[in-house]
Amino acid sequence: MDVKRTIESLSANEIKIIPYLEKRKIGEICKASELSRVAVLRALKFLEKKSILEISYNKEKIIDLGNNGVMYKKSELPERKLVNLLMSKHILLLEEAKKLSDLTDEEFKASIGILKNKGFIELKNGKILLNTNKEDISKKTDEEILIESLPLSYSKLNDEQKEVLKNLQRRKEIVIERGRKTVDFELTSFGKEILKSKIRSDLIEQVTPEILKKDSSWKGKKFRRYDVLAFLPEVHGGKRHFVNQASDYARKIWTDMGFKEMEGSMIESSFWVFDALFTPQDHPAREMQDTFFLGKKAEIHDKKLAKFVKDSHEGNLKNLGSKGWQYDWDEEEAKKLVLRTHTTSLSVRTLADLKNKNQKLQGKFFALGKVFRNETVDWKHGFEFNQTEGIVIDKNANFRHLLGYLKQFFNKMGFEKIRFRPSFFAYTEPSVEIEVYHEGRKEWLELGGAGIFRPEVVVPLLGENIPVLAWGPGFDRILMDYYNVKDLRELYSNDLNQLRKIKFWMKT
Amino acid sequence: MATITFNRKIFENEIGKLDEKMQEKISMFGTPLETFNSEEIQIEVFPNRPDLLSYHGFKRSFLAFLGKKTGLRKYNLSSPKKDYKVVIESSVKDIRPHTACAIISGLKLDDEKIKEIIEMQEKIHATLGRKRKKVAVGIYPLEKITLPIIFKALEPEKIKFIPLEGNKEMSGIEILRKHPTGIEYSHLLKGKEKFPVFVDAKNNVLSMPPIINSELTGKVTIDTKDVFVECSGFDFETLKKCLNIISTTLADMGGKINQMSIVSKGKKEITPNFGEEKMKISLENTNKLLGLNLNEKHLKNLLEKMGYEYNKGTVKIPSWRTDILHEVDLIEDVAIAYGYDNFIPEIPEISTIGKESKREIVKRKISEILIGLNILEVSNYHLTNKNYQFKKMALSEKNLVELESSKTDYNILRKNLSHFLLKNFSDNVDVEYPQKIFEIGEIFELGKEKISENESLAVAVAPGNFTELKQILEYLSRMLNIQFTFTEASNFPDYFIDGRVVEVIFEKDKIGYIGEIHPNILKNWKIKMPVALFEISLEEVLDKLCLDSHPK
Repeated sequence: MDVKRTIESLSANEIKIIPYLEKRKIGEICKASELSRVAVLRALKFLEKKSILEISYNKEKIIDLGNNGVMYKKSELPERKLVNLLMSKHILLLEEAKKLSDLTDEEFKASIGILKNKGFIELKNGKILLNTNKEDISKKTDEEILIESLPLSYSKLNDEQKEVLKNLQRRKEIVIERGRKTVDFELTSFGKEILKSKIRSDLIEQVTPEILKKDSSWKGKKFRRYDVLAFLPEVHGGKRHFVNQASDYARKIWTDMGFKEMEGSMIESSFWVFDALFTPQDHPAREMQDTFFLGKKAEIHDKKLAKFVKDSHEGNLKNLGSKGWQYDWDEEEAKKLVLRTHTTSLSVRTLADLKNKNQKLQGKFFALGKVFRNETVDWKHGFEFNQTEGIVIDKNANFRHLLGYLKQFFNKMGFEKIRFRPSFFAYTEPSVEIEVYHEGRKEWLELGGAGIFRPEVVVPLLGENIPVLAWGPGFDRILMDYYNVKDLRELYSNDLNQLRKIKFWMKT
Repeated sequence: MATITFNRKIFENEIGKLDEKMQEKISMFGTPLETFNSEEIQIEVFPNRPDLLSYHGFKRSFLAFLGKKTGLRKYNLSSPKKDYKVVIESSVKDIRPHTACAIISGLKLDDEKIKEIIEMQEKIHATLGRKRKKVAVGIYPLEKITLPIIFKALEPEKIKFIPLEGNKEMSGIEILRKHPTGIEYSHLLKGKEKFPVFVDAKNNVLSMPPIINSELTGKVTIDTKDVFVECSGFDFETLKKCLNIISTTLADMGGKINQMSIVSKGKKEITPNFGEEKMKISLENTNKLLGLNLNEKHLKNLLEKMGYEYNKGTVKIPSWRTDILHEVDLIEDVAIAYGYDNFIPEIPEISTIGKESKREIVKRKISEILIGLNILEVSNYHLTNKNYQFKKMALSEKNLVELESSKTDYNILRKNLSHFLLKNFSDNVDVEYPQKIFEIGEIFELGKEKISENESLAVAVAPGNFTELKQILEYLSRMLNIQFTFTEASNFPDYFIDGRVVEVIFEKDKIGYIGEIHPNILKNWKIKMPVALFEISLEEVLDKLCLDSHPK
């Protein structure tokens, strides 16, 4: 350790207390240095870091006055009251003594016991006799002496005092015990060396506007050295919610791949969420235990489309060549408002829009958004999810393109190995389940579905059967994996500590 | 989600060893392998393939997929013998109008097969049967029954039989009230004056569909050789398909399929009937949709691997397939037979210009501005409850959107973000201060004609005061180059302190408030710091800013 460098790193308060370190008592150092206890303690801590001293913390047992103790100290102890009474009367009947002394039963009994032990009194035939001289009585008792000297540290009591304390402790609330943290320190040999050295006090503590005003105030002077390796408290800044950081990244992937963003309502009629997607009206997903219904209906304004959808479900749509689901489609059922169960409702609306606005029936679109399921909430279930949606409308689109787009997206999401399994959705054929290989966990993760929209979906919306590649994988699983979140609820718990500490989305 | 369980030993004897390749094959057939151990194999069956809901049904299709017994499987049907008849009385017309029935004879059942039959029945009920509403299936030991059979409806009190797993005779009503299965499915007969029953020629009740079979006549055992099968419900086509699935599966177990006459008002139908359904498939459409270059021989091979028969552009469809509505369904099966893992993913070389939603861009910019002020973004649920939204905020319950039958106590849509920001403070009282948070998100309100869904922005600071929050909003307006004006609010939400709240106005629209939160509200949330917040509607701002960014 370098004495010179250490001296140059001493702060103003450290310098102030160094001359008094040999006193060893914090209180005295405070007094001598005119610093507060907090400031002294902090300075001691820094000195410890500089290896000048070693601090030790002890817990001390302190004996102090209890409620009755405080009261007796102010007036007098019961036994003193009784003995004073006897001084004037010498002999008293017990009852009489009790009455005249104005003590409680307990106090009276205790006083008798104590005075007897001390040999001050004698009991005979129900009477109390004073048994000693004035001189003895006028001396303070051990109890009185101890009470006056409280509070005291237990460790500093001698054996006799401890005996007295035991007696007092048997009595009600005269003394109490409490713990107190004490700080003690010991100078190291390096510290002793420092103390012997000359302490410089001409170091510049901080560069201030005042100092900068005059060259002479800093020219040729030294700056106090900082402990540049010291451990510091954390700072934290404003930042986007981690789920939104990931959404923004996914958004960028899609736009890089030439997709246009779709947006729309979370509240939709069943028509756009289910019927236009060829989901039969008795499908289990359309029950209250799976989907949030709002108990309200919304008119289906596009009557022509509604008729096509009806025909498609019933198997009567011309030029479609489908048997349909063979049941009576009910428009009222389709009017029921729900919280969207997938963002695919946005894709359906986009297709209907292309047709209605006489736009070219091709394009690439994506969406990112919340979807809802009527679910219970636990570590792996919830009622809100993030979904990413995409469609490609193109006369020449095919199944291999579908796999191509998905592979590209998940590659960019950081997954090297992607595979596709057959799956089933009411509105796609062929249907695909996307799985990515998790290198860390050495297992395949199911991420969600994709496919080519069925003609029963496309023909009513576009008027002709053009391939529409479609996908809607969730990305909560990817998120949770990336951020190492094990509980789905943590995504929206808004624990500010977690939000402050959680790392940035760094996939590029 | 339906899962079915196979006996691994039987599977390995009859189909093949469950090595890694076989595991992969099972999944690539469209039946994800869920789990397996030394005893059992569990797979998932998607709702479009109820014919795979039993080991024998799966085995039939999967062996073809493996290239072992390809093509359309043929089954012999014996036409109805004299008494092989079910009479449907008109009394069931409005209750459960249709049934399709068969007799399967010569079965050699063991415990394993009985287990399979029961499991198949349950899984069909749960999926194709829509929890017995659409289809209910009954399978009965023929030796306990006297043919012909009558399907009719009776007043519930007049129906008397011992239900399955019961020990005493009960009436129709008692079964719905007391029998566990009766209780579970009682809603399916709710409000009906008469309940449907199958009775035999001796007037013994076989079952009360869709609830339960009789203990005496409706329980198949290992001694049973012949069974009577009925499917009852509302749509005859579905019932016939369902009967086909069950009777071919029982035939695969070694039974012989006998048809029955279903007589209703003098009309006669014969079931089951494997009248072959045909559909056209075009090689060109197949290649175009899949991006392949198959020839007709390939196509034929692939279709045969999926259990079809192909001849010159026409496909014969197995009578137990319920899911072939359109040519694309055949094309998907071609893709499955080809193997999803054999497709080479490709991105077509067409260029399109990507475009982000303008609203998203503006919202992100607003976030960035606030983040620059060291404010942390939070993200709360869109669902909330009345306690958070109204009670703790001292607001009256109005214009709220309720959710039907929510499974959690989050059962309304949020009307503002402010209450969630206070909840966030409340959940973080032990976290280092100052806490500064914001959220941008949708809020919902029930209007006269419709439910509105609006983008909102809220910022809250603890400890915070009015001045700080107003400075934040003013900074935001300068950065966005838009003008907010403020008026002293006379009519404001009760959660603000009177005299410390202003109304925010944007282009004549009142869009929100800035204010300090009343200690009463802080107490409700157990927040120990002063809080100031603002919440404004972003709709008008987004409209303006998205419009302005159009080139003029």
